[in-house]
Amino acid sequence: MPSLPSHARAVVIGSGIVGNSVAYHLCRLGWRDVVLLDKGPLPNPGGSTGHASNFIYLVDHSKEMTALTVESVRQYRELGVFTQSGGIEVARTQERMQGLTRRMASGHSWGIDDISLVTPAEVRELVPYINEKIILGGFYTKGVGVVDSLRAGTLMREKAVEMGALTVSANTEVTGIDVEHGRVSCVRTMSGDIRTDCVVIAGGVWSPRLAAMAGARIALTPAVHQMIDVGPVPQFAGAKSDIEHPIVRDMDTNMYERQAGGDLEIGSYAHRPILYDPEDIPPIEKAALSPTEFPFTQADFAPQMEHALELMPEIVGNEKVGVKYAINGILSLTPDGMPVLGESSDVQGLWSASAVWVKEGPGTGKTLAEWMVHGESEIDVHASDAARFHEHQKTKAHIKARAAEGFNKTYGIVHPNEQWASNRDVRLAPFHEREKALGAFFFEAAGWERPFWYEANKPLLDEFGDRITRRTAEWESRWWSPIINAEHLAMRERAGIFDLSAFTIFDITGPGALTSVQRVTLRQMDVPVGRNVYTPVLSHNGGFKSDLTIMRLGEEHFRVVTGGAAGMSDKKWFRDHLAEGAQLTDLTSSMTTIGLWGPRARAILSSATSDDVSNEAFKFGACRVIDVGTVRVLASRISYVGDLGWELYVPMEQGLKLWDALWEAGKPHGLAACGIGVYGTTGRLEKSYRAHGNELETEYNVVEAGMTAPRVKAEDFVGKEAHLRHREEEPAAILCTLTVDDHTSKSGEKRYMLGKEPILTRDGKRLVDRHGRGSYVTSAGAGPSVGKHILMAYLPPERAKVGEQLSVEYMGERYPVSVAVVGSTPLFDPENLRVKGTEPVKTPS
Amino acid sequence: MKILVCVKRVPFTGGKMVLNADSTALETRHLGFTISPHEECGVEEAVRIIEAGGGESVVLTLGPAEAVEQLRDAMALGVDRGILLQTGGEEWDGEATAAAIVDAIRADEASSGPFDLIFFGNESADAGGYQVGLRVAYALGRPCATGLKGVKIEGASVRCEQDTGAGRDVYVLPLPAVVTVKEGLNLPRYPSVPGRMRAARKPVATFTPVRPESHLRLAKLAVPGGGGRRAESLGTGAAAAPAVVDMIRKAGLL
Repeated sequence: MPSLPSHARAVVIGSGIVGNSVAYHLCRLGWRDVVLLDKGPLPNPGGSTGHASNFIYLVDHSKEMTALTVESVRQYRELGVFTQSGGIEVARTQERMQGLTRRMASGHSWGIDDISLVTPAEVRELVPYINEKIILGGFYTKGVGVVDSLRAGTLMREKAVEMGALTVSANTEVTGIDVEHGRVSCVRTMSGDIRTDCVVIAGGVWSPRLAAMAGARIALTPAVHQMIDVGPVPQFAGAKSDIEHPIVRDMDTNMYERQAGGDLEIGSYAHRPILYDPEDIPPIEKAALSPTEFPFTQADFAPQMEHALELMPEIVGNEKVGVKYAINGILSLTPDGMPVLGESSDVQGLWSASAVWVKEGPGTGKTLAEWMVHGESEIDVHASDAARFHEHQKTKAHIKARAAEGFNKTYGIVHPNEQWASNRDVRLAPFHEREKALGAFFFEAAGWERPFWYEANKPLLDEFGDRITRRTAEWESRWWSPIINAEHLAMRERAGIFDLSAFTIFDITGPGALTSVQRVTLRQMDVPVGRNVYTPVLSHNGGFKSDLTIMRLGEEHFRVVTGGAAGMSDKKWFRDHLAEGAQLTDLTSSMTTIGLWGPRARAILSSATSDDVSNEAFKFGACRVIDVGTVRVLASRISYVGDLGWELYVPMEQGLKLWDALWEAGKPHGLAACGIGVYGTTGRLEKSYRAHGNELETEYNVVEAGMTAPRVKAEDFVGKEAHLRHREEEPAAILCTLTVDDHTSKSGEKRYMLGKEPILTRDGKRLVDRHGRGSYVTSAGAGPSVGKHILMAYLPPERAKVGEQLSVEYMGERYPVSVAVVGSTPLFDPENLRVKGTEPVKTPS
Repeated sequence: MKILVCVKRVPFTGGKMVLNADSTALETRHLGFTISPHEECGVEEAVRIIEAGGGESVVLTLGPAEAVEQLRDAMALGVDRGILLQTGGEEWDGEATAAAIVDAIRADEASSGPFDLIFFGNESADAGGYQVGLRVAYALGRPCATGLKGVKIEGASVRCEQDTGAGRDVYVLPLPAVVTVKEGLNLPRYPSVPGRMRAARKPVATFTPVRPESHLRLAKLAVPGGGGRRAESLGTGAAAAPAVVDMIRKAGLL
């Protein structure tokens, strides 16, 4: 064993599939003096990699997860450790069959080849030992397979060592991680200390313990996944390889069955969530098997055996086939089901590659290494960003509550808008009680309870009558109400009041403030005090890191307002780019925000304030403090719903006072409380406003998104070089707004897409741009004022023509759609007269 | 034929034994539990005898409530029913254990007929007292052979084979009899899934015997040194081949 070097460019802790991948890719990208440590022996140090079932399904509803998985398979194939077996997700219920059509759609959206829906008889042909009588069909993916993840790790280590770039040290326990001035400085081990300013925690279920050594948190919990191995299976006698039959996922029972040589492996996510603390994982010498293989708890598996017996009676029911092996394998779960990747927001130079499973290991390793070396990865992993967590989301109670809730959804039919049930009511707006009194139906964002619609607005349904599209299909009626559309129309015709408390708000102040905001924004920030600017925030490659609003409140005072979901990542980005003499102060929990929009917004606000809020005195794009009664309100003339109005910022404790004042002032004007259903979907989509995480990702650039400004500011900013290049190129795709021409399904029911569906030609062919990116619905929703269901999608330029006839795949059928708008011109009020306040205001009736 | 197998719930130790802080017990926090390996062979033998000749097999244990798991494990292999002599989890010495088992056997025989054959492991995997089988046989006044690697029913008697190192001693005992067996008696089967499912529904009678005052006191446990045996690396890749060949030669296999 080589002795430990005293210094390292980077220290990777953990030699499972993830640590090996990160270390290898760092070396591949040119880093030298990389050290890989594990407290266990090699090649199997005793973590989750060692007992993983090692199979890989390709299709996931998450684009990010699918991309990481596909990249991982590419690497596994290249390493020669991938055995393609095919995989079938089988359905026992009609609801699941519908779910499988959604799997098909996601497969088409993310470009997974060779997928099909198969009949029970076809399943039986592929899996001759299945009881096809209890299934209704299956979703077959030819490219599913099994990997040897330990071998893959060994090969990657060897390659990096051959490059002369990596020192590997097994049986080396980390005892401490030193931090100096907020940055890691040293990794202490039983075998000596290593000075370094870059540490990657790839410790799987141990990651939280390692992070704690540096005073940081990694939000994951160890959890049990039960697995048994039965054999010898006569049907597999003489098997020439590890796997020769497709892997079956019995979706409705949350189980899988796969051939493993002469045996059958049966795994389950159906049992009660069994969560541990990272401290419960035993040291190697105290573990009976490996530290992450806990004693099997038979009682938890009893119903699963019955389910396996139903599906594969010829094998599982064979008295001669014995349960040879049974474990409670420990794996990592996070509160939102996504990995924890990237630099910690607590400690600089402390990177996490945690809560990553075998199926996405190598892809994640490559992605993290690119991020560390180049500052940005090819695959956009914003949903996995380690910095994404808000404080409450890092608590043990939150992690466990959400992980437990998420566990049984591993194979679940999860609606895209499905809300968490556990640990709710964490962050409440000051006017929360008012909202409850109005029958608010709350969705959660970053822990905030946000009304999605208000039941009290039900009478509006009668008022707007058949202008409101009703949905009859249960799926798209879930987590939805026609009241959203009614609120939308009330806002468009009168005015709406919105709870925007979930905004993340931080101030950049000091002599370096202007430089700080200039360097991370596309738009010019050196504007007069009292202006707000909506701006993309670019990644190094000129993609969208974020988009947000910045108000200039003083010469050296900027207020950044961004969404709750991306808020913490954005905050880290700004903090990482602060110039000398600038400070960042988080005001999220100090300020609350109310939106007031609609043609009567001005009448309402002017009746509540003595300040002049006329169009001449308070132009679009302006922000300044006004009095509303005794409350000093920072009013900002801006709109994400495309109507006249303001965002109104007040100290949190005075939020209720402002709400009440506006509510009173609004009464004579027919003011309606409007939910985020209007703010985030209907109002936004009618205006073709882009949303981060939907249209805006690092994989698309400003030109493609149709957000090119006439000029580029002279000042330097992140992504400028790339952006200038993009302006010279022909875009590979153009963001378009489409409308659905006919909603009628084969059964005659009207259906409404919810987003992420593939956009195809009329005869069902995928649209792929010259960078290989397929077209899919980035956002979908109703446009009540335009009477259309609106979709947004990036299309290859030759398809991006108004009137272009295309189709969208939804629930196993294709619906005709047409391109309504190319670029950013909205369907509703294309001249933006409302926002500008130049459209005549109707008088109250 | 009616057969009883007595088993003990013991920690499933992987590599290293770890004692608790005051060295009075094994540290079991991270361990699973199992049946002593000798007794697993007893269970297998009982099941085979009943499979071959018909009758009833019963499994008995003295231990905490959780020891029912070991009864189910045995029943998953084919044993018909279980008897749990439930304790508070404390270790019972051989004398007390045997007394409680004798009481249970007498009670069971009174209601459902005598056991023709009673299996014990030669010694438990944890305490290793080597006593319970003998004490039970003595109390019941039945013949007993110990440390067996071969058990065969021959009409109204049982043929018992004992490994002596230099060969085998053979005893033929008249039934009813008591035998204590050792690992290697047979190769125990794995439970099938249907077997596991049936086991969950098989009857278990639970009794709570009173623990008599113990004549033994546990002073302290110690982990034996282990002789300092360690794995030795012979090298990696092709370079290791000559060393491997050398080892095989030394072992007399070439």
